[in-house]
Amino acid sequence: MKQNTISETATHNSAAAVSLPISLTSITKKFGEFVALDEVSLDIESGEFLTLLGPSGSGKTTLLMVLAGFVRPNYGSVRFGDREMILAPPHKRDLGMVFQNYALFPHMSVAENVGYPLRLRRVGRSELTDRVNRALDLVQLGSYGDRRIDQLSGGQRQRVALARAIVFEPRILLMDEPLSALDKNLREHMQIEIRRLHDRLGMTTVYVTHDQREALTMSDRIVVFNEGRIVQLDHPSQLYERPNSRFVAEFIGESSFLPVNLRDGIAYLDDQIVPTSAPLPEGSHGSLVLRPEKMDIIREGEGSGDMIVLEGRCKEQVYQGESCLLYIDLSGGVEVAMRQSTRRDIMQRLPGSGDIVRLGLHPEDAIIVSGGA
Amino acid sequence: MSEQIISYPNQSALQVDERREDRRNLLLMAPALVMMTVVILVPIGWLFFMSFWGENGFTLEHYQRMSHPGYRLTFIRTFQISVLVTIMSVLLGYPVAYLMTKSSPRVASIIMMCVLLPFWTSILVRTYAWLILLQRRGIINGWLMDAELIDRPLRLVHNMTGTVIGMTHILLPFMILPLYSSMKAIDGDLLKAARNAGATPSQAFRQVFLPLSVPGLAAGIVVVFVLCLGFYITPEILGGGRIVMWSKQIQNAVTLHATWGPASALGVVLLVVTLGTLWIMTRIFRINRFLGGL
Repeated sequence: MKQNTISETATHNSAAAVSLPISLTSITKKFGEFVALDEVSLDIESGEFLTLLGPSGSGKTTLLMVLAGFVRPNYGSVRFGDREMILAPPHKRDLGMVFQNYALFPHMSVAENVGYPLRLRRVGRSELTDRVNRALDLVQLGSYGDRRIDQLSGGQRQRVALARAIVFEPRILLMDEPLSALDKNLREHMQIEIRRLHDRLGMTTVYVTHDQREALTMSDRIVVFNEGRIVQLDHPSQLYERPNSRFVAEFIGESSFLPVNLRDGIAYLDDQIVPTSAPLPEGSHGSLVLRPEKMDIIREGEGSGDMIVLEGRCKEQVYQGESCLLYIDLSGGVEVAMRQSTRRDIMQRLPGSGDIVRLGLHPEDAIIVSGGA
Repeated sequence: MSEQIISYPNQSALQVDERREDRRNLLLMAPALVMMTVVILVPIGWLFFMSFWGENGFTLEHYQRMSHPGYRLTFIRTFQISVLVTIMSVLLGYPVAYLMTKSSPRVASIIMMCVLLPFWTSILVRTYAWLILLQRRGIINGWLMDAELIDRPLRLVHNMTGTVIGMTHILLPFMILPLYSSMKAIDGDLLKAARNAGATPSQAFRQVFLPLSVPGLAAGIVVVFVLCLGFYITPEILGGGRIVMWSKQIQNAVTLHATWGPASALGVVLLVVTLGTLWIMTRIFRINRFLGGL
């Protein structure tokens, strides 16, 4: 989160010339009966790294295709800076784009692939070579220009696709799940690398993913989509700490839910008041969001302070390396998961199956979303 | 020198087992191999032998006869027609294959049926159908006359025109099918990537789609051209005796001469020329590179 705030100020100050803001108004796209995008309006700041996050079929990729000009919406407006682009064909939009399966031209070498956008822009031979080399250097493939595409690994193809997308210095970069085909380690490495590249070049970046962790790692802001609508638009930490709906709480991070009653602006858990600093939703039924890592075990004889205390019986322990997952049956009959570090002193005191456990949750972490369990 | 003997568990038994499996797999090929030998290799050997065999033993006279201008004309005519039919097939087949890849699966399968139905119909039937369509008082001339677009029937058949029309129709599926399968394999995102990079639709087609469809195009061209070289029935019927292709020349040689020698020599030349053409074409299109590279 810290990394994000630093880069945000850096890009916003220095990158005005190399990036453009994007403004979307009432974008609607129907495929027959299916509404892929339902009146989506969104303002993307110049130089921002914005991620469209959502399950498959939520409309995030369709929106990216509308931006790139490959999907014609039923109505709505797309503006890059102050220019209306909705009728501009794809080749006149001047966008860099990285496709899910890279979409590298198999009949061209690495350098020819990267140089293709420049060739179309009639850049002279020597300048073209220069810029291709610079782009390849940026993605650390300096010596790979003469290779054929089928001689490259997945990660290298990914870099070539990235180089091709940025070689003509577009002011907007679109990425459609660019890392989904890579294995976990490489993916995490590339996340950081793409983010650094963005900070260095400063273009407005719109990134599509269904991986919430990836979105949290890379983005300045995240838009959560569901069923063609924007559910929440927020900074990563806000999104995680203050989900505005059960859908967001479920989609981002792990959560268990406890039903609560809402009366006169106060939340009750089995007639016990839930102290919470976050605003309460409308309606008479809500759910208390329980994140596994936000809870702690209150031992025998320890005071609970102003913690919210939940009692239950430990059902199962799952060892996962860096942490250990405990499944607790609460007295109300709901099963919740909680996470404990595998540090030696904590491990030694972990409850076993069948033990009675008291869980504590800090009021600051008590989020209540609408809808009963 | 004593060989160091290390024994691994079951090593030799497993090797024997593997060899036995190889032999069994080879056995699967046996019927085809026998068939090939009896039906193709032996007769071709026999053909070679007879083409060098005259009344007084070994001779080259059958080959020397081929310097006759009549033969040369046939030879040139055969190539002319083959080239023309191949070009026509490309011009007509490429758009159809392209349309199929761009259509919805339902429409594509309807087009596919339209391509395959004639493909499954007898060549003889289709050739006579063309005769009925194209002849002097045929359907096409009838319509054109009724529409008063022409006042005399066009000479559409019993000449080069009819031969090329008929052969193109019959060979078109051999162009469309490989083209379609190679176009189908082109990732649609590649065209999007080209458009996104700044290519107009026609640039994206020329610089990305066309080069990637070359393997199918090459396969189609090679197959159509090679089949053309040996075509017999269609030029015979639609050419009306005026169009003499190489295979017709072979038949003439059989009926004209009492021996098999001259016909065999013509057959050998057709075979060698066909193989040569095939070799040159694979060089031109570098089919191997495409097969290995994609």
